[in-house]
Amino acid sequence: MRVVRPYGDTLDDGKVQLSFTLPVPDGAKGREAARKLVLSWGFKDCEVAHSHPLSADFSFYVAYGKTEVPIDYDSVVADEAESDGSMDMDGVNDFIREHIGRKVVIVGACTGFDAHTVGIDAIMNMKGYNHHFGLERYPMVEAYNLGAQVPNEKLIEFAGKVKADAILVSQVVTQKDVHLKNLAELVELLEARGERRNYVLVAGGPRIGNKLAVELGYDVGFGKGSYADHVASFVVRKMVERQRS
Amino acid sequence: MQNKLHLSTERVAYARRLAEKIAAPVARFIDGHSSVTVERATLRLAGADGANSDGVPVPNLVVDQVRAADPSYLEDGVLLRYVNALVKSGGTVAELNAKIAAGLDVTSFPLGDRAIVERKAAELVDRAAERIRDKRARREAMRSEWEGANNDPLLYLIVATGNIYEDVKQATAAAEQGADVIAVIRTTAQSLLDYVPYGATTEGFGGTYATQENFRIMRAALDEVAERQKRYILLTNYASGLCMPEIAAMGALERLDMMLNDSMYGILFRDINMYRTFVDQKFSRMINASAGIIINTGEDNYLTTSDAWEKAYTVLASQLLNERFGFQAGLPARLLGLGHAYEMDPSIKNGFLFELAQAQMAREIFPEHPLKYMPPTKFMSGDIFKGLAMNTMFNFVSKATGQGIHLLGMLTEAIHTPFMMDRFLAVDNAKYVMNNMAGFADDIEFKEGGIVMTRAREVLDRTIEFLEEVGELGLFDAIERGLFAEVKRPKDGGKGFEGLIKKGPAYWNPFEERLERELGISGAKGGN
Repeated sequence: MRVVRPYGDTLDDGKVQLSFTLPVPDGAKGREAARKLVLSWGFKDCEVAHSHPLSADFSFYVAYGKTEVPIDYDSVVADEAESDGSMDMDGVNDFIREHIGRKVVIVGACTGFDAHTVGIDAIMNMKGYNHHFGLERYPMVEAYNLGAQVPNEKLIEFAGKVKADAILVSQVVTQKDVHLKNLAELVELLEARGERRNYVLVAGGPRIGNKLAVELGYDVGFGKGSYADHVASFVVRKMVERQRS
Repeated sequence: MQNKLHLSTERVAYARRLAEKIAAPVARFIDGHSSVTVERATLRLAGADGANSDGVPVPNLVVDQVRAADPSYLEDGVLLRYVNALVKSGGTVAELNAKIAAGLDVTSFPLGDRAIVERKAAELVDRAAERIRDKRARREAMRSEWEGANNDPLLYLIVATGNIYEDVKQATAAAEQGADVIAVIRTTAQSLLDYVPYGATTEGFGGTYATQENFRIMRAALDEVAERQKRYILLTNYASGLCMPEIAAMGALERLDMMLNDSMYGILFRDINMYRTFVDQKFSRMINASAGIIINTGEDNYLTTSDAWEKAYTVLASQLLNERFGFQAGLPARLLGLGHAYEMDPSIKNGFLFELAQAQMAREIFPEHPLKYMPPTKFMSGDIFKGLAMNTMFNFVSKATGQGIHLLGMLTEAIHTPFMMDRFLAVDNAKYVMNNMAGFADDIEFKEGGIVMTRAREVLDRTIEFLEEVGELGLFDAIERGLFAEVKRPKDGGKGFEGLIKKGPAYWNPFEERLERELGISGAKGGN
């Protein structure tokens, strides 16, 4: 057991930095309301360091709180796809040559009405993102990026046409949980057609965690900070794992 | 602003000639064509409005009726049947709209005396022109009353709640915090709807529907804040997509001040058919020009899609093309808010100098244009503190190079739609930086042969090479082969191709004729 608390400038001081808006005018009363609010969240101590009016009826606060609540670090299980052990681009290509022996076909799209291709592009485009090349650059991967606003039906149809091994779905817009609906619908459609097991199914996006993706019926979910090599490593290992099972 | 980069004026003039050469054959195509949305925009200017009980807008109903009666009727222009129905039914435009919404088919009336139809249309054209002139005069009066009250560059903030009434609250707060421009971002995928929804809306994903009623509601709210703040608040919306001219028409009628409008964005980034987009953008820009609406072009998209350092030349190339297509549509330089963005990888050594070079180059090549400068988005992360630092650098470059329209970066760009406090922090940062270094631009010169001057020249040279290549292929083929934004678009592919209309010998559109006369540009009948 290893007990930890937030670290300000001394071990176990439990200092936390907060900023928030209240729908009240700025002033002494607003600041006191902010302080009491922070205390009510369980902080033992609170200093409102700064306040400023945002408009006649709204005000902004920067506050510091002190918490005594600890966590047992050893008991924590991370909700993230295991990206620590992922291979780099060359490693993935070697793995495919050795264990699969043909090009792996990967189809990706932003589904539903989502028009934000930034996520799928970061994973698939030749250029990649942040010095991690995209799947189009992988010699042993045949990558198809269908872009934005692709209906789930069309994605499935295309994946069938090119005999895809994996389907990547990116969802950026999460307002009113529209991403959940889109993601769940794809799984339902695949299952209805009896094709779910044909694909390694991958969900991705800034608000998508592995846990959420798995709950929705995906093999894995990738959130912030994921790159093409993480996705590719998972896909090829999963394919091999399925061949063996 | 003085010329500091000492770019060769001959090279810049040559780049402009290349853009002109590239745009000329496109213009000939455009002038021979209309589209369903050009026709609907024309109907809207004539007064067609409202929707039936299924929510199908009256302009769509009319175009669909004409097409259903005989597809070749479209070649004559749809206005003919609408005005004929107006004359034959003997009531007002509003009465006719109500009847159409209730099921009346405009093609059920046989075509009557052409002279009477033309007289009636002339009335409608005058009425629309007068309304647009009045809106423009009102804007000019308010801007001159509060002259000097706006920030320089104009500080531009976005609201995007999905509910127009909630947008009003956010926009009001943003304006009170110091924003000069409010943009109401549209709901995801509106750009792919081949109609404009009707009425006030309270549901949207990632944004709010652009409707004429929503425009009116936000306009009224911003005018109220402006009165209190003694500062004109500009309203922006998005004309990109399948309804460019209709949204331009609505914006003209409701006094929007700026409109996102790019000659190629829809083709490259929304997979809309290229012929359709070129036809649509021209008519939409003619309406913008007549209404005094500043367009904002979308060059930032090239940089979020590709690498901003490597592909910097695609921005200048696109700016030159957007300028040329703008001139073809009668937009003067002062209404051409050409876009660019601060999107280089922040880990690049001297990246700040390269951004400075690009922004200064745009300023010098487009001296009278109110350049629209977009903040870092691609490399923004959950590290909001780093994000705030990046926005600070962006604010600095904008002021140091005299940009016109400054879209404020949000420190939470990569996390969520902005909190009210995120917008405040953005305005506060910009005001601090821009006041703190207000005289920097006048005081500073660049070193001959230094990083900034060398970079600007390299980008100009590369742009010229690129435009030469596009010029040899022709623009349609260049897009088809993927020269722009690394995306290939087939000529007859993409959305909306079926909505393209070849103008027949009897094509009649008195609104278009009026705009061409007013703007001093030539169209199909003006003789090219």
